[in-house]
Amino acid sequence: MSGSNPYGQDSQHHVLSVLVQNRPGVLARVSALFARRGYNIFSLAVAPTEHPDYSRITIVVDLQSAPLEQMTKQLFKLIDVVRISELDPRFSVERELIMVTVKATAEQRSQIVELTNIFEARILSVGVEALTVSLDGSPSAIDDFMKALHPYGIVESQRTGLVALPKLDRAAPSSAQSAASSNTTHSSQGKAR
Amino acid sequence: MKEKLTGAQALIRALEHENVDVMFGLPGGCILPAYDPLIESKIRHILVRHEQGAGHMAEGYAHVTGRPGVAMVTSGPAATNLVTPLCDAYMDSIPMVGITGQVPTAAIGTDAFQECDTVGITRSITKHNELVMSAQDLPMVVRQAFYIATTGRPGPTLIDIPKDVLQNEMDWYWPSDDEVRDSLPGYRPNAKGHTKMIKEAARMILAARQPVLYVGGGVLKARAAGVLRELAELTQIPVVTTLMARGAFPDSHPLCLGMPGMHGTATAVTAMQKADLLIALGSRFDDRVTGKVSGFAPDAKIIHVDIDPAEQGTVRRPDVPIVGDCRLVIEEMLKAIKDLLQSGETQADVGPWRSRVSGWREQFPLAYDQSEPGAALKPQFCLEKLRDGAPEGTIVVSGVGQHQMWTSQYWNFEEPYTWVNSGGLGTMGFAVPAAIGAKVGRPDKTVWAVDGDGCFQMTAQELVTASLERIPVKIGILNNSYLGMVRQWQEMFYGERFSEVNLSGTLPDFVKWAEAMGCVGIRVDDPQEVEAAIDKANSINDRPVVVDFRVAEDEKVFPMVPAGKSNDDILLHHSQDSRREFLK
Ligand SMILES: Cc1ncc(C[n+]2csc(CCOP(=O)(O)OP(=O)(O)O)c2C)c(N)n1
Ligand SMILES: [Mg+2]
Repeated sequence: MSGSNPYGQDSQHHVLSVLVQNRPGVLARVSALFARRGYNIFSLAVAPTEHPDYSRITIVVDLQSAPLEQMTKQLFKLIDVVRISELDPRFSVERELIMVTVKATAEQRSQIVELTNIFEARILSVGVEALTVSLDGSPSAIDDFMKALHPYGIVESQRTGLVALPKLDRAAPSSAQSAASSNTTHSSQGKAR
Repeated sequence: MKEKLTGAQALIRALEHENVDVMFGLPGGCILPAYDPLIESKIRHILVRHEQGAGHMAEGYAHVTGRPGVAMVTSGPAATNLVTPLCDAYMDSIPMVGITGQVPTAAIGTDAFQECDTVGITRSITKHNELVMSAQDLPMVVRQAFYIATTGRPGPTLIDIPKDVLQNEMDWYWPSDDEVRDSLPGYRPNAKGHTKMIKEAARMILAARQPVLYVGGGVLKARAAGVLRELAELTQIPVVTTLMARGAFPDSHPLCLGMPGMHGTATAVTAMQKADLLIALGSRFDDRVTGKVSGFAPDAKIIHVDIDPAEQGTVRRPDVPIVGDCRLVIEEMLKAIKDLLQSGETQADVGPWRSRVSGWREQFPLAYDQSEPGAALKPQFCLEKLRDGAPEGTIVVSGVGQHQMWTSQYWNFEEPYTWVNSGGLGTMGFAVPAAIGAKVGRPDKTVWAVDGDGCFQMTAQELVTASLERIPVKIGILNNSYLGMVRQWQEMFYGERFSEVNLSGTLPDFVKWAEAMGCVGIRVDDPQEVEAAIDKANSINDRPVVVDFRVAEDEKVFPMVPAGKSNDDILLHHSQDSRREFLK
């Protein structure tokens, strides 16, 4: 099904949510490890967490380039990596943001505004001959949106890369812990906190 | 009130607190401040002639003592000179701490004089590295570096210290074990294996009819030679010791089959091929051991014990993976086996397997052709004489090439920590400095380096260091006038088209060179002279000795599994070819 897999027809992706110590060079360590071991990355997003000592790196990895198990084991050898959650796409919520500047002549503008409404995107900036719009959604929704805009002429676009969290389990009493059970978490042994 | 120290003083004091008794290094601009408090320190500093030497000395020291070796050098070119030893230590899991100077913090990123991105360059060849940005951090960073280098799977760590950080003042403190652990929430090496998996392994071991203990360097790192022997003797399972594990199990033991792999004994290679169970202990299924992976030990189930979870399943998926320290896991395994036996379980009869293996050993001993009268010396002959003349407990170190393989084959390793070599990286030039480091670590032992003429020329200058520091190592050069191992491949796989492998039979004059460096130099051309030369070398204990054994140019290492071929395609010494059928 086209659009269901934003990372190419043949590829298999998986999301690693990697909690790291917030220290200089940590992103370089992670990306250097992927480069050195020949693991492909589709996207990578990094930002501080609710705790100032830690950052979270969300990496969408290509399972064609290496087994997931190898990736997590090697990643976990980095001293700065505290916890890795493998987020199975079936058991996680995934979001990505895109900003697009699209050509919009006077007569096309209303059509683009209509598309924006259908996709629940937002208009960020209005120019004489162009509009800048943004959409956050699943990668496939973003793909579909881009396809719809394409005929008008894309001037520029920027995607953030995927971020994800475990899906909450509705059956059990709501807790992130039980939801995460469908995903695999590797954390430092003996870390009793 | 807290004691004020400079960063440099704090660094040296921290090293003292880590019980560093010796370090290897060479000063320069950015590391200068650290060399000043060293004058008052009780730490012995050995001034090398090239920073690569410092790194390999630290490795040699670590190999034989089990304690981390320390190398300290300046920034830029000195740091890049340390890259090879760091990578070597990384590949062979050697605990080592490198300390490099760096340009002042304000100059970082400006391409300042002797600036290089040391942390960036060494990121993928260290277990961990750190650029220290504040003098106040130094004691903690030093403690972390030693803790990380020596725990879990050991390896090199590197501390990069800008000059102003060494000069700035700090309040001295010494972090507790707990503080160090808490500062590294992402580092929790687990030492104890999974009980259920160990029980499962015990059951498999008792059920196996054709088992082999496949012992790697991890057994030495875990100081597990004692329990390994207990396990082998209790179960009567034959043992192979990889290049990194020579000495972990005595070669003279009836259960020992020697080294497996590309230049392993036919018995060790074939026993692994025919095994129904491989018990991999601290070994990593290196391509030099497995040959073509798809043809490796096709009928064997695998128990894989390794402290590094990332080693499991990388090459061959284990049936029973056990993450843990080899000593602790083997201890638990022994208990589990004894429990099973006590509860009435019996071990499958390994008698027929053992007699089959013994048959191979009788049919396929190591073999070479003795020299014809008047013809050149044979390197294997020199090694036999070196081995037989060496005092008990001699530590033997080697370079990389044919001489390394012959040494591993022909030496009889009886004790752990008596074999020092560069396995994973295969670093030519390793032997001379590593031997010096080993002798510094174990001054009570005789240290022989068996080197190649090519290798020797890469790091020989460190014999000046050895002479001046009174470190009486012995170097035997198996001088075949060639980059012999490369020559062997060109002869066998490139139709004898020799390309850039001849090193000259006349230059250098190794005896004169040795003498110029303050060593005794001895040249040996004739088989008759070998023993006398070795005796003389063994009798000299006040300075280094270099023996230049002029050996045959065209000798080749056998057995050999050609690269990319299956272990079943092992090439034997020509005298054994007719008996090939026995290996079936
Ligand atoms: C630094 C380095 N460069 C190149 C090689 C490739 N290499 C492996 S063995 C060898 C020949 C070594 O010659 P020598 O020291 O004379 O030993 P021999 O094989 O003759 O015993 C070479 C060039 C290497 N292992 N290390
Ligand atoms: Mg040679």
